[in-house]
Order: sequence, then C-alpha cells, then structure tokens
Amino acid sequence: MMIEAKNINFYYGNFHALKGINIAIPANTVTALIGPSGCGKSTFLRLFNRMNDTIENAKLTGECLVNGQNIYDKTVQVDALRKNVGMVFQKPNPFPKSIYENVAYGLKVNGVSDKKYIAERVEQSLVAAALWDEVKDKLHQSAFALSGGQQQRLCIARALAISPSVLLMDEPASALDPISTSKIEELIHGLKEKYTIVIVTHNMQQAARVSDKTGFFMYGELIEYSDTKKMFLNPENIQTQNYITGRFG
Amino acid sequence: MKILERLLEGMFKMSSAITSIVILLIIIFLFKEGFGLFRSPVVEKGYGLYINSKNPVTDLNPTQIKQIFDGEIENWNEIGGKDESIYLLRFDEIFSIYSDEELGENYQFLPQKLNNIISENSNIIAFFPKKFMPEISSPTKEIANKNIGIPDFIYGKEWLPTTTPSPLFGIIPLVLGTLLVSFLAILIALPFGLGVAIYLSEIANNKVRGMIRPAIELLAGIPSVVYGFFGLVIIVPIVQKMGNISAGETAFTGSLILAIMALPTIISISEDALRNTPLALRESSYALGATQWQTIYKVVIPFASSGISAAIILGIGRAIGETMAVLMVTGNGAVIPHSIFESVRTIPATIAAELGEAPMGGTHYQALFLLGCVLFLFTLVLSIISEIISNKQTSKSA
Repeated sequence: MMIEAKNINFYYGNFHALKGINIAIPANTVTALIGPSGCGKSTFLRLFNRMNDTIENAKLTGECLVNGQNIYDKTVQVDALRKNVGMVFQKPNPFPKSIYENVAYGLKVNGVSDKKYIAERVEQSLVAAALWDEVKDKLHQSAFALSGGQQQRLCIARALAISPSVLLMDEPASALDPISTSKIEELIHGLKEKYTIVIVTHNMQQAARVSDKTGFFMYGELIEYSDTKKMFLNPENIQTQNYITGRFG
Repeated sequence: MKILERLLEGMFKMSSAITSIVILLIIIFLFKEGFGLFRSPVVEKGYGLYINSKNPVTDLNPTQIKQIFDGEIENWNEIGGKDESIYLLRFDEIFSIYSDEELGENYQFLPQKLNNIISENSNIIAFFPKKFMPEISSPTKEIANKNIGIPDFIYGKEWLPTTTPSPLFGIIPLVLGTLLVSFLAILIALPFGLGVAIYLSEIANNKVRGMIRPAIELLAGIPSVVYGFFGLVIIVPIVQKMGNISAGETAFTGSLILAIMALPTIISISEDALRNTPLALRESSYALGATQWQTIYKVVIPFASSGISAAIILGIGRAIGETMAVLMVTGNGAVIPHSIFESVRTIPATIAAELGEAPMGGTHYQALFLLGCVLFLFTLVLSIISEIISNKQTSKSA
C-alpha cells in the first residue's frame, strides 16, 4: 500500500474533524475523496504532506503511513516528506516568477544547483503536465500571463518537478472552465502510471471519470470506500446513495 | 424619509465639491504667489545700479552683482568690461565724501553730486535709491534691471535671500539638502522597517503582534516637534561626540530622526503588503519542501514587492515634507552639502524658518512660495508613482 491511514482522529481545538479514519490506497491509482462541504476530506488530504502542522490548537492521533513509514514519526523531516508527496491546490497559484522559475522552484529550494539538470526537469515536468507545447517559447515570461487552466497545469508541473511518488490534489479543477477541467482530467489519467494520486473533488462526475477508487466522507467519518464503479453503481451505504444521487449535499 | 435621504445626499455632494475647490484654490494660490518671483527685478525694488556710460558692461546677473558687492570680483574685465579695478560706491558712503551742507537740505543736490562722481570715475558702480536718480543721462547709465529668471532659481547654487542689492534664490542647495536627508533617512529606515514588517507578518504570533502593532501606530502619532526635541537633546550630542565634529546638527542627525518618523509608514504599509500574500501561495511553497525562510524571501517578498516599493516611496514623501524635527536638528546651513556630517537645510525647514521675516509680497516671500510649489511637485510625483505601483499590485492579486 502506498498510503495508509490507521485510526486517524483529528481535532481543531474542541472540534472533532476526523473520526477514526482507516483507509489503504494502493500505488499507481487515482483515489477520489468526495463528500459535502466541511466533511473533513480536505483536512484528511492535507495530513499526508503535513500541511496541517502549522494550525494552532490542532491535534492528531493515529498513524499516517506513506510507503510504509509513519510520516508523523519524529525522525521524519517535513521537507523531505514534501519532496515525496506533492500537492496541487484548489486555485491556480503560480509564484510571482517566470514560468521556468516556477517549475524550477522546488528543485532550487531543495538544494539542486545543477543548471543542466534543472533545465531537463523543467522540460520533462512541463511535458508531463501537457503544457510544454504551449509555453516552450515563453518560458521566461511571467507565469501570471497564462490562462487559469494553464496556470493550474503549471502548478501540476511545479509539483512534478521534484519527482514525488504521491500527488495530492485539492479540488484542482474547481476554479476552472469546462475545457480546462477536461484537460486536467486527461492529465490525471495519464499521470497515474507514475504517481499515486489522491484527489478531493466536489464534482461527482469528475470523481466517476478520473478515479479508480472513491472514498465518501461525511461529518468527519469515512462512510464508504470502494472501487469507483461499484460506489457509483451500487453503493453499500444509504447515505452514500443519497449523496451520489443528489438527494443530499 | 425620501426627503431626508435626498438632503443627506446633497450635503455629501456639497462637502466633496467644497473640499475639492478648497484644495484647488490652495494650489492656485501657491503657484500664483510663487511665480510672482519671476516678475520681480533682480535688484531690490526702488534701487538701481549705476555705472559710467563709457563702461561697455550693460547687464549683470544676480550672482555677478553679489560677487561684486562681496569683493569677489574686483576688476571689470572679469565680467566683460575694460581692464580696470571696480570702484564700488554704496549709498551710505556718499555721506563720507560730501558733507550734509554740500548735499543740501532734503538732499536736493545729491543727484548732481552723484553724476559728478560717476563721470569722474569710469570704473564706478553705484548702488542708490532710484529717487536720487530722477533722470539718467550721460555720463551715467543704469545697469539693465531684468526680472529674476527661472534659471537663476533652478540652477542657482546659492540661497541668500536677504543680501543686498540683489538677493540670490538658488534652489540647488535646498533641493540637495532635502534629497540627501530624505534618502539617507529611507536608507536607514528601510532595513529596520522591512525587518519589523517581516517579523510581524511572518514570524510573530498574534499576541506579540497585537502588542507591537499599536506601539508602532503610537509612534506615528507623536508630534514632530517632540521628535525634534528628542533629536536636539539626545541625538545631536551623540552624533557630535561619535563623529568628533564641532556641531552635531548635521544631515545625518536629521536623517536619523526622519528615519524614526518614517518607520511607522514603512512598517505598516509593507506589513500589509506581506500579509496580503495569499495563504495558498505560501502553502504551495511549503508543499514543495521549502523552509519558512525560503518561502519568505523567494515567494512572499517578491509577491509583496510592489507594496514594499509603495511603502518606501510614501516614506520618502513623509520625510521630504517633514518640517519641524528637521528644522531643529540639521543646523540649517543653506549650502551645498559635501558630506553627511555637514549642516544642511531642507525646503520645508527654509519655508518655516524664513517666512516670518520675509515681508509679505516681497521677492523673498514669493521665493518661499515657489519653494512650496517645488515641494508640492516633489510629493505629487511621489504619490503618483506610489499610486501606479499599488495599482500594479491590485491587478496582480486579482
């Protein structure tokens, strides 16, 4: 298993945000996390690159394993973990730098100084993010000049450049138009050969289209986790069925 | 209810119109008074400079007149005349040449005696009230009394507004003094201000921030005369001792005070700019394995750079316009500064110090108003630049 959660409980102060979550996600799959707003799916996603560390008064119990290692173990270095577990955020948020510098950023902050290697990785990552052809002639222009969809693919390329094995995506297409969205979905489909992808989404069709497995969260609990096909065609739980068919949420 | 609303709306419209008109009127008044300077003659009103009509010199600029009267120019050939030494005759000297009887009651013989002296001395230059020279004819001629020119003001290297017969209104020493003090102040304030801003926005927790932020805002509320007093009593002696100089009132001292005064502006505006960096941008940086410091200097500062530039420019604007504190600690020597440990005089300090003694409507008074115009243009340009920069910032975060 690439990613495992064992009896995860998470609290924001007194608020019990995640309740006893257990999940096992195999390598090279796309897993969608769905559920109504505030159900804890994003909080859960952010546990796996320790993005919740800086939140004051937050408390975690249980084990988060990536590649068999508990990432909250004291011996784990957070920056090394984040090199292995990339993340793409909801809104396209390129850095105020050139396209090239955006992709090179992760390598540079991790101490890579070999310019030739950086240039190679930038190209490979942009190719992998299906953006290379659109930007190869303007690599040194500001990333703000790109369209929203292009910016999001740039953010994916940026995450790929440091060669992670896991890619966490927090509603990566929710701020994009339908055409850009379908490009991102195609991209996700292609990326699973090399990466293990966990994607949080509000869009049920999107979950059905891109994922192999789906987890349904509600009120901080993982209600159901199974193959996407089974989940959408024949959900075991009545709550899941209500949510999927649109009767709730 | 409807009527009340209409009434209120009308009142707001009125007050904004009145405000705009008042501001416009002030600016018009400023420029009208100031530009009167260029309609004033070089030589004091009611006075004239007279020379022998054989003398080929026809006009002199203010600097030359001042140098003649200071004895720096002693020969006519230095200013385009013949090779003979200059004989300078001031009005009061006539009384040591002729007795009161010779000049007659009510000085009715004075014009004639003057003409005599001028015809006897081809190398003379005489400075007299015009009323004693009712008609100018050979052998006397008057130096053409032109108006003060714009170049005399803009390129003038000396500010001597009360010298006779022709005061000098050269703005260069004042502009250089102002710029030197202001830019030095920003140079000193910037590292501190930026440091505090970064600390407050990125590192300090809410409790610490909640204590420091009001303290800094308090700093902005202290009257500038108090800063000046503090500077005079504390900083001036320190600078004097440390720099081992005869007087501690220097450009450097002024910059230190101005730096303290510009700090609140720089800190609060750049802190706002830093805090405006979206959380998502910081998180993206952390998510790529960057440390907090890498995130601050590679992502947050570049993102906030235009806000920080605006802070710098507004800080400069604050420093350029500051009057009282600078007046108290810079020594006010209106000379072109050669080092930061020399006394300088800024434009606002000049206006504040001299307006009281300048006769209303006179050239000196007009010159001070013109200084006000220059100051206004400085701050106008600075605020336009900061406006452009912050517009850039908003379009970026949108």
